[in-house]
Amino acid sequence: MLYTVTKLTDHSDVGLLRTAVRVRLVLKSEWLVVEQTLIDPGLTSAARQTALKDFRDRWLGRKSGLFGQMNELWLKNAPPDRKKYVGQLINQMKQRDLLWIEELIEKRSFFARQSAEAIRAINRISDDEIGRRQQQEALESQSQIESLLQNLDSFEIEKLKEIARQEFSLDVSEALQSGGNPKERGVDISLPGNRRPLGAEHPVIKTMNEIVAVFRNLGYSIEEGPEVETDYYNFEALNFPPNHPARDTQDTLFIAGQDAKAPRDRLLLRTHTSPVQIRSMQKMKPPLRVICPGKVHRNDAPDATHSPIFHQVEGLAVDTNITFCDLKGTLDHAMKALFGSSVKTRFYPSFFPFTEPSADMQISCIFCDGKGTRDGGPCRNCKASGWIELLGCGMVDPNVFGLVDYDPAKISGFAFGMGVERIAIMKYGVDDIQLFFNGDVRFLEQFA
Amino acid sequence: MKLSPTWLREFVAPRVDDRQLAEDLTLAGIAVEGIGGEGEAMVFEMEITTNRPDAMNHYGVAREASAIYSLPLQCISPKLPPAQGKTEFSIQIEDTTGCARYTGRILRGVTIGSSPQPMVQRLASVDQRAINSAADASNYTLWEMGHPTHAFDLDLLEGGKIVVRRARDGETLKTLDGIERKLTRDDLMIADANKPVALAGVMGGFDTMITERTKNILIESAWFDPVTVRKMAKRHGMHTDASHRFERGADYGATPLACDRVAELILASGGGELEGGLIDTISAPRQPLHITLRRAEVTRILGKQLGDGEIINILSRLGFALTLEDYGWQVQVPSWRLDIEREIDLIEELARLHGYDKFENRLPSYIGSVIELPDAAKDAKLRTSLLALGYNETISLTFISRQEAAKFSPAAAVELANPLSEEASVMRTSMVPSMLNMLAYNLNRGADNVRLFEAGNIFERDGEKVAECKRICLGATGNALAPNLDQAGRALNFFDLKGDLENLFAAFDLPELRYAADSASYYYPGRSARVVVGKGEGESEDVLARFGQIHPDMAAARKLRQEVFVAELYLDRLYRHSLRQPRYSALPRYPAVERDFSFVFEETVKFEDINSAIKKLRLAELRSFIPAEIFRGGNIPTGKYSVLLRATFQSSERTLREEDVAQWSAQVIQASQALGGILRSA
Repeated sequence: MLYTVTKLTDHSDVGLLRTAVRVRLVLKSEWLVVEQTLIDPGLTSAARQTALKDFRDRWLGRKSGLFGQMNELWLKNAPPDRKKYVGQLINQMKQRDLLWIEELIEKRSFFARQSAEAIRAINRISDDEIGRRQQQEALESQSQIESLLQNLDSFEIEKLKEIARQEFSLDVSEALQSGGNPKERGVDISLPGNRRPLGAEHPVIKTMNEIVAVFRNLGYSIEEGPEVETDYYNFEALNFPPNHPARDTQDTLFIAGQDAKAPRDRLLLRTHTSPVQIRSMQKMKPPLRVICPGKVHRNDAPDATHSPIFHQVEGLAVDTNITFCDLKGTLDHAMKALFGSSVKTRFYPSFFPFTEPSADMQISCIFCDGKGTRDGGPCRNCKASGWIELLGCGMVDPNVFGLVDYDPAKISGFAFGMGVERIAIMKYGVDDIQLFFNGDVRFLEQFA
Repeated sequence: MKLSPTWLREFVAPRVDDRQLAEDLTLAGIAVEGIGGEGEAMVFEMEITTNRPDAMNHYGVAREASAIYSLPLQCISPKLPPAQGKTEFSIQIEDTTGCARYTGRILRGVTIGSSPQPMVQRLASVDQRAINSAADASNYTLWEMGHPTHAFDLDLLEGGKIVVRRARDGETLKTLDGIERKLTRDDLMIADANKPVALAGVMGGFDTMITERTKNILIESAWFDPVTVRKMAKRHGMHTDASHRFERGADYGATPLACDRVAELILASGGGELEGGLIDTISAPRQPLHITLRRAEVTRILGKQLGDGEIINILSRLGFALTLEDYGWQVQVPSWRLDIEREIDLIEELARLHGYDKFENRLPSYIGSVIELPDAAKDAKLRTSLLALGYNETISLTFISRQEAAKFSPAAAVELANPLSEEASVMRTSMVPSMLNMLAYNLNRGADNVRLFEAGNIFERDGEKVAECKRICLGATGNALAPNLDQAGRALNFFDLKGDLENLFAAFDLPELRYAADSASYYYPGRSARVVVGKGEGESEDVLARFGQIHPDMAAARKLRQEVFVAELYLDRLYRHSLRQPRYSALPRYPAVERDFSFVFEETVKFEDINSAIKKLRLAELRSFIPAEIFRGGNIPTGKYSVLLRATFQSSERTLREEDVAQWSAQVIQASQALGGILRSA
């Protein structure tokens, strides 16, 4: 039965090689038949020439040759990543076999042109030991090919490569090697990848941005203020009277050479972001909602829990309908957004000159879920209390409204402020606040 | 402040244990920060806010507990023996601003010894050391009811009188701590007829103190002005239990009670008798304050309506007197509550004793839109680009030393009046020194590949004002490419940093951006540059950034053991330019043609010279012109270099013809030759 090109379904290396070997064996087997035809004295010269031509057309024919069909059937259906290798294999076969076939035809066309008598004469001449042996070999070849074709499906890749090499010096290893079958010629995927290093967000700024984002989603606009402030904005307008002991809690760093100025105009490094509340209210009319992130300074010598610089986020909401319940609800919502919906908040009275009533807010400990115990012992993060203090807040003091020309009889508002480092320390389990400020890449890269 | 719950229970009897008591007090704003000891010896560590001096003692906290639990409060009522005769001793208040009231009592024939054991123990429970029966009586009264008092040895007071006045020039006083203090005219003095005997409200005098020889005593129980006491204590660098309370506001009404309590305690432990009655001198009489409290205002602020019964109960227990009105109440404020001056203060009292947690959580409605900071988009663009380029975000201290400020910026530095240290005495005028410190910090710890950036402000003195300028500082050292299995590593160089800057500036609309040699003195000459826009030259040019390798001398001085690169971006100037708005241009439909030209140029010819010469040709189809290879040495003579220039031509209208390309190529060659370039191959 003559070979027909069938669809190629197995595009793996072994599948491709098996198909290539099969094609080549069939080709050789068919040629052996043609060779017999050429020395058949029963055929006319024309018939012999036709047999040769048919063979050539059948394999190399421009339109319907078997190699052409391979291109059509195999290449078009090959999966994209195997297309290249299927193409390479077909080309390699075609180029070698084309030469081989042309060579054979060239060699044998002499016989094709001879008359029946001449063939008979040739046969007689060669009907000697050599001729018989050649015939014998041809027969053996044919049966060898048969046997190989029958067992082809069971051969492994090494055996197939060997046949290809021995039988028709087809070296497929190059095509297959460049083909890179992940199984055969893959890479050690357990080797590390070549990383292009990414920069890491600073944990404090990342935390600060997260806090701001929560309030932005609640409709808060972003505001900023200067780091070098006047006494007026940092203290007086926030209802810290001059010489009030509440100023002592702020450990203020003062700018030198201010004595000639009126006390309220003297410059200092802002000790909190609360001055931005005042600046925002001077700039805008109610209703307003602002969130103010920024850097603040205190005269605190650096150690594991203190830093002369740190960051705060201040918030302010002023409207005709703001109550203490809204303050609580807003912050409760924000904490759930920041720390997860199971977090609880707790408020208790505190004192800030610029809010009244004032409150401190705690969240349920995120490490022990508010239980106060963890791993069979007291929770260290909340000192076994189940609560972690997070921020100060309160209703805006009417005196503050008075100073920015808001009518405290008509409007009300709340304000809150939180330390960003404190939250970042808790969130990331950092044990020394100095790590935030010394630029140690071994620390920073942990946040990439 | 320490507080003994056992002591507190003398005045109120809560039915909860001490731990629950601590919790309940905290939730009412009388914060118990810690609990020590057990049983009778249990002690609360209190954190009383500055507005509540009335709660900085046992009786005051008991009063809060009585309000919290709605329980009766046991008053302090000293029992004194009948007075003997009249006293001739007089008290004159000359300074009515500094002292509103001075109450005194004379005790005669007392024996000064040690205090009874229960009192000593009680004082010890709040970390107070027993001294003698008179001093202990005063101290005990302070911790019991909060009013500071003082006892003088009467026989050491000259002239039979006390005068409250400002100090005179040249006067001095040796205080109880044994320090001789120079007085100023701002200091408020307790003086006898001749000399100062105490710093009012801060500390008594050494020479008139009670000793074991003391027989006769003057007890002082006064009310001093908070600001006067605070300024005086600050001036003398002193902070005492007395000044702490007077600064925050003592109880004007409590002077007689405190005086009597001290007298009672001294007499009880050391005998003696009272001479005459109270000497109560009032220079500025105080009327009780009355405040209007409206029900509607309570609801408007708190968002919840409180019942009349609860309001009356809370305020009465705290010592307020209420008169019912149709809108609410007229409330009389007790003399110890100096923090209560306005309706809002009363509302806070109601909220905290009602319990903050009993108010529901609500989210307020709001209509309005979010306004971002004006430079938010630019900040975000630069930050995300820097992170993507592999720079780690950092924050460093905002202070540097005076020397560093001078070295890194010509601007006048802003000095701190009370700096943390000499190294942190001025506000940073440049972010470079702290960036170099951070790079050194890493190199010293074996981290050799470092890329950092910091965004922040620098500070410059601008006359009487301070200018804050926004900057970004980049620092980089170590590998540009890390070595891996596929390639050898490569150390970072000038062009890596320049490339990063080009990436950053590419986000902005900066058609006239150029790079000019010479930067600042701390940069490596020839390996640093400034980034300039506009036409200005020298002083008038608009510098957006400086960058480059750090000067080897500077690197050596800072012990930077490998090449270090730094860039400073002046955001205040950069942000005057808008972000580039991308606009689509049609994709090329016709193939591009590349032509390479190999030239040898003199070293004096910079790529910028060649590039602008080629630009001047205005070849519309020239899509790119880049240096593909640069070579020095070999058969290239010293002072010259070989460069392979690659031109790419492409038309958006047609496929280019060979003769077009040939003509443009000839123009490129001609322009290059005009700069002295020698064509090596066609």
